[in-house]
Amino acid sequence: MSAFENNPASAVRVQNVYKAFGKRPESMVKRLKDGATREELRSQGTAAVIDASFDVPPGEIFVVMGLSGSGKSTLIRTLNGIQPATSGSVEIFGQDITKVNTRRLRSIRREKISMVFQHFALMPHRTVGQNAAYSLEVRGVNRSEREKRANDALKLVGLGGYGGMRPDELSGGMRQRVGLARALAAETELMLMDEAFSALDPLIRKEMQDQLLELQQDLGKTIVFITHDLNEAMRLGNRIAMMRDGRIVQIGTTEQILNDPANDYVAQFIQDVDRTRVLTAGEIKEPPVALLGAEQGPRAAHRLMRQHQTSALCVVNQSRVLQGVVYEHDIAEGVAAGKETLAGLLKPMPAAREETYLAELMTAASEHAAGLAVIDDAGKLLGVIPRVTLLNAMADPTPTSSVQTIHQEVAA
Amino acid sequence: MMFAGETEGMGIPRVAVGDWIETGFNWARSNLGEVFALMRNGLETLTEDWLETLLTWPDALVLSVIFALLAWMVRDWKLGVLTLVLMVSIIAMDQWDNAMATLALVLVATGVALVIAIPVGVLAAKSDRVSSAVRPIMDLMQTMPALVWLVPVVTLFSIGVPAGVVATLIFCLPPGVRFTELGIRQVDREVVEAGHAFGSTPGQILFRIQLPLAVKTIMAGVNQVIMLALSMAVIAGFVGAGGLGGEVARAIGSLDIALGFEAGLSVVVLAIYLDRVTAAVGDGSGILTKLLRRRRPAPEQVSATEPAGTDVPTVKNA
Ligand SMILES: Nc1ncnc2c1ncn2[C@@H]1O[C@H](COP(=O)(O)OP(=O)(O)O)[C@@H](O)[C@H]1O
Ligand SMILES: [Mg+2]
Repeated sequence: MSAFENNPASAVRVQNVYKAFGKRPESMVKRLKDGATREELRSQGTAAVIDASFDVPPGEIFVVMGLSGSGKSTLIRTLNGIQPATSGSVEIFGQDITKVNTRRLRSIRREKISMVFQHFALMPHRTVGQNAAYSLEVRGVNRSEREKRANDALKLVGLGGYGGMRPDELSGGMRQRVGLARALAAETELMLMDEAFSALDPLIRKEMQDQLLELQQDLGKTIVFITHDLNEAMRLGNRIAMMRDGRIVQIGTTEQILNDPANDYVAQFIQDVDRTRVLTAGEIKEPPVALLGAEQGPRAAHRLMRQHQTSALCVVNQSRVLQGVVYEHDIAEGVAAGKETLAGLLKPMPAAREETYLAELMTAASEHAAGLAVIDDAGKLLGVIPRVTLLNAMADPTPTSSVQTIHQEVAA
Repeated sequence: MMFAGETEGMGIPRVAVGDWIETGFNWARSNLGEVFALMRNGLETLTEDWLETLLTWPDALVLSVIFALLAWMVRDWKLGVLTLVLMVSIIAMDQWDNAMATLALVLVATGVALVIAIPVGVLAAKSDRVSSAVRPIMDLMQTMPALVWLVPVVTLFSIGVPAGVVATLIFCLPPGVRFTELGIRQVDREVVEAGHAFGSTPGQILFRIQLPLAVKTIMAGVNQVIMLALSMAVIAGFVGAGGLGGEVARAIGSLDIALGFEAGLSVVVLAIYLDRVTAAVGDGSGILTKLLRRRRPAPEQVSATEPAGTDVPTVKNA
């Protein structure tokens, strides 16, 4: 048991969690399990979370996404028991918090879980430093120690030196940094973030997202992040759970959700997504049809092109580091001129890292017929993105009615 | 005797509510006499022997200056000057000792009222059940005509200052409870949730989050409590509580217009002073609060630059 506690497979494991608000939540859950719908229970109360199950491995950013009122806040609150689940189990690092007494639950909250709130939820009668130190104060950490650790946390979020100010003297973005610092100072492995950036304006929001990703990379926390903004979900999330009317309707990676939406609800959501800002080069790259060694000559290049019906070839050296690209018409001239090497025929090829967003590839792709290469830090070729692939990736996979109409007209 | 005949005309039986209540008070007097005697002694000692003695010990003018300084500390020098003028006017009307007796009664009644009201208000804020149980009791205490309380209180405590304190207490307690409950219920739900999320105990939630954030509202309640206590303290003069109320009672008995007004105006003066001072404490505008705040660590140097944004990854052309 204790070994399992120390080394659990999941940071969070939620199994068949229900949460109902009403006079008799248990009987509502019973009816739900017997097949009643949320609407049928309207008169008795609200079924906020219905049969939710998911696993979050340590170190993952797990995003829960859905329209307002779909039960996201309630779901995340069952993870630390602020809203205890009516039924089902919630294991946090192997410990089922639905089965522990209040005292144990408090100590789990102190040691394992911290939370960031949509409207910051700072304590206005305390200074920024005292806010950041709150979790440590609750735990009984002595004053000098907690001031030091709160200060470190404030520095992490870029607010070093603001400790003596009051929350109402700060801008919204800075206040949420304090909220983040308060959670970081607790040094818990699990962080719950309920629409933490939703109240911020778009520029600040993007900055906070970047900062969160950076912090997560350094600190390796497990994060459950709630949002109603799919772009945000896809930027941050390793995996995304889509919620609708209390139920989780799909769980998957950004790609799975974009390319294979489980139902119309999800499909409708992703229609508005700017795919160029959530998909990355790594996610759409393809293996190159053929590769040309840098030491080979124009004749070999010509043969390869004919063989693979392509007008351009990537050129790599022995360790697969990208050297450039050769085009069919240059090669044809080289062969005609009787050249033995590729010298003078090699053209530069635009290359991107795997984590680059498609939006940033557009210009480069439009200028180069061969498309783009995807390389790693050492310059090694990982794959290519032909222009067609790029265009396809940007288009919505769900067939639109206008396209079908055209087909019909053509057929007729 | 449940139904003593019929009521006029309607055929509805007469319900002897008054008799039942009287029976209840009589029972309390004969069975809990010891308890009431103890309370009586305690209140007498507190009000007359300690507080009134303390308030009348320094020279009237010296105490006036002290009151003025207090007003200056909690608000500004203007309130200080006003206080001095007001206090001197009481001295000039030769009502100082009576005013101090009344002030002592008001302070004791307020103190006891808050000791009861704040915990009850906290419980009412925590539990809807307590809240709905407490509400009708508060309504009863507050809307029952004040004079009606005097009779049973006298039967339990007999004529004198303790009876005055208790009658005052009953009348002034409700806003203390109501404002405390309101203040705590008004605290931002998310902030309390944050407290829970970081593993606070109920005590930590109450003392570190709810009460500090409710303090303004609670102070508005304290202000109301004091004002009600003052108005009731005058009525309590009729049951031998002395002070300005006693003078008013005497003036009515002897149809003395001059005495009545002098005592009445002194009450007004006390009311103005207590109101302004408690209101100022509530919104924390005076140098006293600033001095208290100064104790917190001063802000460290704030760096001039905003926290740096992160680099956006760019396409690298080979
Ligand atoms: N404390 C509560 N009491 C009663 N109903 C609630 C409570 N909290 C949330 N609900 C209801 O549960 C549903 C889901 O709410 P919530 O979890 O806040 O959704 P979201 O965060 O996705 O907007 C809503 O219909 C809401 O009215
Ligand atoms: Mg919400």
